[in-house]
Amino acid sequence: MTNAQTTDSDRFSLSMRLFHWGMAALVLSMLAAGLLMVTSLQPWQLTLLNIHKACGVIAILLVTARLINRLRHKLPALPKELSAWQKTVAKVSHWLLYILMFAMPVSGYLMQYFAARPIDIIGIFRLPAALQVNIQYYSLFRELHAVLAISLITLIALHAGAALHHHFIRKDTVLKSML
Amino acid sequence: MKTLYLALLFTPALCLSAGKPAQVTAQQFVNLQQGDAVFPGFRRAHAKGICISGEFHSNGQLAGYSKASLFNEGVTPFIGRLSIAGNNPTAPDLKSPVRSMALSFAISHTEQWRLAMNTPPVMAVADPHTFYQQIQAVQAGPAAIQQFLSEHPEASEFRAWAAQYQATGSFAAETYHSINAFYLVNSNGEQQAVRWAMQPTVAVPASALDGNDALQTEIASRIAGAPVVFNWVFTLAEPADDEDNPTKAWPENRRQVTAGQLILTGTTAQLEGDCHAINFDPLVLPSGIAATRDPILRARSAAYVESYRRRAKEQLDGALEGSNND
Repeated sequence: MTNAQTTDSDRFSLSMRLFHWGMAALVLSMLAAGLLMVTSLQPWQLTLLNIHKACGVIAILLVTARLINRLRHKLPALPKELSAWQKTVAKVSHWLLYILMFAMPVSGYLMQYFAARPIDIIGIFRLPAALQVNIQYYSLFRELHAVLAISLITLIALHAGAALHHHFIRKDTVLKSML
Repeated sequence: MKTLYLALLFTPALCLSAGKPAQVTAQQFVNLQQGDAVFPGFRRAHAKGICISGEFHSNGQLAGYSKASLFNEGVTPFIGRLSIAGNNPTAPDLKSPVRSMALSFAISHTEQWRLAMNTPPVMAVADPHTFYQQIQAVQAGPAAIQQFLSEHPEASEFRAWAAQYQATGSFAAETYHSINAFYLVNSNGEQQAVRWAMQPTVAVPASALDGNDALQTEIASRIAGAPVVFNWVFTLAEPADDEDNPTKAWPENRRQVTAGQLILTGTTAQLEGDCHAINFDPLVLPSGIAATRDPILRARSAAYVESYRRRAKEQLDGALEGSNND
């Protein structure tokens, strides 16, 4: 099996690769933590919940820096063999991933805000919350947070599936450009 | 570099393997509490209650133990809730074996404190999974609960309390306990394990009460006449005491500190009051109070929020339906 070789011009920059894989680890960990902590009654649930909230702050800072970094870098071109609709799907899915990476921490914070639960960031500082609860806004953002999480999991699965498809079936440089 | 990327991808796997919810889940717990008859929009536990409001007058005695600002000498307003155990918001007040007081101190945008207290000073069991079995036994009837308690020696202090407890004729005359222990943390970072109780300042015999809403009617007219006062008394653990076991009371000779007086000045029916929207999760804590490792305490957040999520969604759906009908 011979895949096409990559050159520097069709690889993502080092900073973009680090952002990509670092945030992949963070986002997958937070999704896993989220799914666990809403069901578990174990003593570590509270600790995991607090780490999840603190990581949410890190995630929104990271994705902001990542977006700025992305806008400043030239991206490798998609393979010429791709049809126009495939290129459109690729681009739209990447922007959807960015939108979800922002929407997840924002909706998570807003559900805590309207439940009037200040968020303690590992004892260093606290994010403010409403003084008075608004249970309907809490519910709106709580349910939104869950729907967005499922959407993000689905999109990540498609994204990873597409990368493997490029590498093993089409045998192009798309996956390698991120390694 | 590729090894690093691969290693990063293992972090979620570590999270997952750190602990699967092998035993009872929050969803199973709340399913059991709500039973077959769901009352949309209401709490799944302690569904029947009345909103209260008032002030905590701190005497400053606890300020050296906790940096929480409400323990400085001064006055902090609160809203709260007096309730009975059970999933039915229309149940008869006098049938429930447990009465509760919940409080919410909205100290600032970054400091909130919620408290959820019950009449029993200790739990019958020490972990949420056994607690689940206890609720199953309670629902199965008196014979099942007797058998459950006899099979659980850790329930002995709870049984001793239950045997001598006599319900009073007023929410104002009960003692409400923190049950679980917490840490007070002062500005030097020193921790002190404590439990607390709201101790009544009136005695009211049970005999005079009658009616489905007897306790709510009684407390509303009592507070309309004059404020109802509780002393907020903290018990300080010594190194020999286990702060992580909610089934064991600490010895009677432990030092007690009265932090001040809780003064109840208003009541509102729960559907008209501010308390109905609040999740009285006792793990919403200000700086200066911290959770112990008590497994029951640590399970409360997940269970409370599951109940809260369900009823919040029911209230949201109801509101959306209501606005469509307009």
